[in-house]
Amino acid sequence: MAATATIERGPIDRVMTVRERIDPARRITLMASAIVLLLVLLLLVFIGLNGVQIFTSSGIPFAAVFNTQWLPGDQFVPGEVSFGIFPFIAGTLGVMFVAALMATPLSVGLAIYMAEVAPRWARSITQPSMEVFVGIPSVVWGWLGITILVPFLSHNLAGIGFSLGFSWFAGSLVLALMILPTITSIAYDAITSVPAEMRGASVALGTTRWQTIRHVVIPAALGGIATAVVLGMMRAAGEALAVQMVIGNRPVMPTSLTQPLTTLTAQITLDMGNTVGGTPWNQVLWTMGLVLLLISFGFVLLVRRLSRSRQVP
Amino acid sequence: MSQATSPQSAAAMRRTLHADRVATGVLWAIGIFVVLILGAIILHFLLASIGTMSPSFLFGDPSDTTVGGIGPVLWNSVYVLVLTLLITVPLGLLGGIYMAEYAGQGRIPNIIRLSQELISSVPSIVVGLFGLALFVNATHWSFTALGGALALSVFNLPLLTRLTEQALRAVPRDERDGSLALGTTKWQTIRHVALPLAIPGILTGVILTAGRIFGEAAALIFTAGVATPSHYDFANLNITDPRSPWSPFHSATTLAVYIWAQNSEGLGQFVRQIADSSAAVLVIMVMIFNLGARGLGRVLQRRATGVS
Amino acid sequence: MEIGKRIAAVAVAGALFVGACGGSGSSAPPSVAGPGSVAPGSVGAGGNCVAGSIIAGGSTALQPLVDAAQKAYTTGCTGTTISVQPGGSGTGLTQVLSGGFQIGNSDIFAEEKLQPADASQLVDHQVVRQGWVMVTHKGVTGVTTLTSDQATQIWTGAVTNWKDVGGPDLPIVLIIRPASSGTRATFKRIVLGGKNEAAGTALTEDSNGAVQTAVSTTPGATSVVGFTFYQSNTATLNALQLDGVTASVDNMGNGTYKLQAIGHMYTKGAADGLSKALTDYMLSPTVQNGLVKTMFYAPIGTGPAATPPVVVGPSSPAPASPSPS
Repeated sequence: MAATATIERGPIDRVMTVRERIDPARRITLMASAIVLLLVLLLLVFIGLNGVQIFTSSGIPFAAVFNTQWLPGDQFVPGEVSFGIFPFIAGTLGVMFVAALMATPLSVGLAIYMAEVAPRWARSITQPSMEVFVGIPSVVWGWLGITILVPFLSHNLAGIGFSLGFSWFAGSLVLALMILPTITSIAYDAITSVPAEMRGASVALGTTRWQTIRHVVIPAALGGIATAVVLGMMRAAGEALAVQMVIGNRPVMPTSLTQPLTTLTAQITLDMGNTVGGTPWNQVLWTMGLVLLLISFGFVLLVRRLSRSRQVP
Repeated sequence: MSQATSPQSAAAMRRTLHADRVATGVLWAIGIFVVLILGAIILHFLLASIGTMSPSFLFGDPSDTTVGGIGPVLWNSVYVLVLTLLITVPLGLLGGIYMAEYAGQGRIPNIIRLSQELISSVPSIVVGLFGLALFVNATHWSFTALGGALALSVFNLPLLTRLTEQALRAVPRDERDGSLALGTTKWQTIRHVALPLAIPGILTGVILTAGRIFGEAAALIFTAGVATPSHYDFANLNITDPRSPWSPFHSATTLAVYIWAQNSEGLGQFVRQIADSSAAVLVIMVMIFNLGARGLGRVLQRRATGVS
Repeated sequence: MEIGKRIAAVAVAGALFVGACGGSGSSAPPSVAGPGSVAPGSVGAGGNCVAGSIIAGGSTALQPLVDAAQKAYTTGCTGTTISVQPGGSGTGLTQVLSGGFQIGNSDIFAEEKLQPADASQLVDHQVVRQGWVMVTHKGVTGVTTLTSDQATQIWTGAVTNWKDVGGPDLPIVLIIRPASSGTRATFKRIVLGGKNEAAGTALTEDSNGAVQTAVSTTPGATSVVGFTFYQSNTATLNALQLDGVTASVDNMGNGTYKLQAIGHMYTKGAADGLSKALTDYMLSPTVQNGLVKTMFYAPIGTGPAATPPVVVGPSSPAPASPSPS
């Protein structure tokens, strides 16, 4: 009797018996886990329906929303009033990419350190540190940014353009600190799962530790590292409060690292309380939320593609 | 073939060794640097809260004229946390059991896995908007602790399901085989063998997610509101009365939201002290949750399995 | 199971701990609410407690006043709860329309934001005058007053350095509210005469607190904050006169200080029950001559009710839509 269900690979690879199919425990637990499916559908429905209200119920044309001019008004006057959301999309992507640029070298370096170089006692400090780091709430990062980083920039670096302090750079720096532990822990997992045989083979060739890391371990873990970076970017793109406190919220297309800009999340936070439900101004915020939702879903699919291509033999 | 080190290969070897040493140094520097940043942040908040932090701050009521306290707000944080866990732990447990024990590689489990990843990716402000649409407007509840807890459940549930699944998968096969060899049903095996062994891992995971929930703000601003009664009468046990702190039907500003609200509309002169001290409390709570989860996990592991 | 007993023990200990804290919390001396709070036991509802539980929410500028008033009103009333939420005037109007709030506090007329069909469902209770004051960073010395013209030139970007208005040689940094803010709309209408601000070179911050943080840390910065808020932050902000008139409760009351607007409490349909009791209480002399002035608002006065300066017409081309859930 095939009672050896191999848990590591899932139930036996054959058609279920009737008894298995009607097993009440299986049904109940299946329903519990399928709630997630329901949530995804609900999310899409609610945010989606609200997100298209600006086109369906207020009748604003697409061109007035998909452009670079944010000139909102309580009443839509074509030519004068424009609900262009490109500045926010560009801002979100901008702070996200720069944050990833700042965080990745440090994170990957830290992951390599923890996986390859650190002795046991050092690992027992860095690992809990990463867990605490990732747990620091975003409001705290925002508060740090606005009480320490922004005044520092505007008082000390005004000469190179940071006269305002609030800037793209400030936003990305705060985000970089927030996503650092995320990238580190996933990259660490990727690096430690490179099989010992590969390292052993490299060492047997007489290489130094750094040569092994650089030429064997990192290329083997590259897929996982890429996944880590993308997940970090995802977190950066979705961050609202910390970013809104330090970027200056200027609703124009991003121009320079030293100048303020805006993001989808920041604008939603700013305008949600001041606009009335049912007006185009409020509806475009829901559209921004929908764009955010689609961006994050897109990232998930991207990560899946990356993980699939990562094959450690 | 001569194996002597020619001048070129000697130089190459020196360069390689040099590169190795430089790399090691850089990596050490990175490690120390990051830990120092974390230490600096924690130190900054601890220092900034000297003078404000006291039991009367932690448990007292907010005030407009003095520094006041964060008692009701702290209570709200704990309350929303417990409510969220009450909703998500049973469901997450059951869901994780399904994913680990009954699901295979079929289409439905794959769709469920995809859904889990999709929900985990949603930014918390979008979850807040969803909560606003569903738990505030559609239900006409206005801002409530229950609405906040439900919104938090949206992204906590997939997290817990995955944690339970991982903990169950980590239970050694031999244990299950032994149980099945005694003639038990699958559910009996899960209930009496696999689950108890997985509990340390599950508990650790629950505490870690609790840390995340405690610090969540963006989702709660739109669902649990930003105002809170200035004083809680804990003797009022009537949970249908919105004034009772035990009721889920009143708005519930949590600590993280409170920091944000102080930054926005804090009227007193003590905004900076209140926010700094609240942030210190948050950071300390996160540390307690994280390090506590680690320690607890290790202790339970040792007791349950006899190995440390 | 031993583990189970341990968990239960921890849970019981935790419950006792919480109970002890709760006990100490509720036996702590009542918090001193704010400037002008009515001492417990004095004239509150005056024995006319209306039982019930309502939510009044919306404008953050009105929130301190409404909160203090409800505390005074409900003193000694055991069956009455009034919860005051911030969230913005927009939230106030949205929620009062949808029934989430019983009273919507707003800095602006409903007709300025809502379609006529929706605005007509709301009943306006004009309860107070609130003012705003122009402020600058402490380093902008020598500038104590601005005429409306000077302010317009600064805010539209025509003048970019403080030395052109009598100040130091320092670039002007504009800190503006989001376009959706009632504060910004009021400032634009009253001081700028409807001209557009130079939003492309400004910083945007959405609340009094965020504005104050930005202004106090950015040299050359200027912005507009609520008058009540300014009173708690005189140490970090520099207030400016408008056309030679200092911002003060009296000048708001007699109309000489122009940068002011009416605070509204909207109800859906006529106010009744506890909502009516609260709005009546807000308009009573106790509050108008007491709390209102001590919290740096101005009484509404006895003139005719003000009318909306701007009205949103029926939208084109789609018909007016109810707020989506």
